Amino acid sequence: MKKLPRLFTFAAPKTFYRLATVTGPWLYAIAAAFAIWGLYVGFFVAPTDATQGDSYRIIFIHVPAAWMSMVLYMAMAGWAAFGWAANARLASMMARAIAPTGAAFTFLALWTGAFWGKPTWGAWWVWDARLTSELILLFLYLGFMALVEAIDDVRRADHAGALLAIVGAVNVPIIYFSVRWWNTLHQGSSISMTAAPKMAHTMLLSMLLMTVAFWAYAFAVVFMRARAVVLEREIGADWVQALAHKK
Amino acid sequence: MVWNSASDFFAMGGYGLYVWGSYGVTAACCWSLCWPRAGTVPPCRRWRIWKMNKVKQT
Repeated sequence: MKKLPRLFTFAAPKTFYRLATVTGPWLYAIAAAFAIWGLYVGFFVAPTDATQGDSYRIIFIHVPAAWMSMVLYMAMAGWAAFGWAANARLASMMARAIAPTGAAFTFLALWTGAFWGKPTWGAWWVWDARLTSELILLFLYLGFMALVEAIDDVRRADHAGALLAIVGAVNVPIIYFSVRWWNTLHQGSSISMTAAPKMAHTMLLSMLLMTVAFWAYAFAVVFMRARAVVLEREIGADWVQALAHKK
Repeated sequence: MVWNSASDFFAMGGYGLYVWGSYGVTAACCWSLCWPRAGTVPPCRRWRIWKMNKVKQT
């Protein structure tokens, strides 16, 4: 009987590199398939909204981008903390690989939010609790990336980055609950686990399909970036040298 | 949802700038992130390597 690989097998940079190489293209394909399906439902099946007209169609990318910005930050902080506590090299590499993707999703959440806010609120930007805390999240991502790049010693850079990421994690629940804790111009949660959806089923379907697409895309991009980070850091290892000569 | 024409679709009921402005930047951003190798060495590290090489030369 063929033995299944143990979970920690992929904690080694070499085996993780192989895993990322194999799964990357498949994840891109899943992301593309779900994005096409989600956009089709969003633009050709979901009806025009009675109050917001067609401007509401921004929701199909705005909400998934905002969710991903928070999820990726927690993942980044988790990996960074684990890398620090357990002295696990790959965990710290994963944290570095996640940061640019998380920053991009945060930027997209803010950008699409501004483009949705202008026709619905009449303003590109307001200093509302949800928007401001999301902007702080972008600064945290940028701060993490700048900090780890500013320190020459890689291990020290990882530890300093982990500290910033852990402290910054307190901002994520603030973003999520900001619409409940304060009176905000931003609307409440689009989906609740305890209540029926407030939007038409086709609108919800499109949003969820795009969410799956964003998840797959995030995994693919993070895996691809992690491969590059692994190669960069393990440049002295025999397997990387062998790989370089092979190519 | 049935659009009467392609121009209707692109006009998005008068919200075309906002809808396509959002989708366009999202597509560009996602596309640019698909090439991680190009962005793996950030400018500050490139600059450090360049500086170190220059110091060695002098």
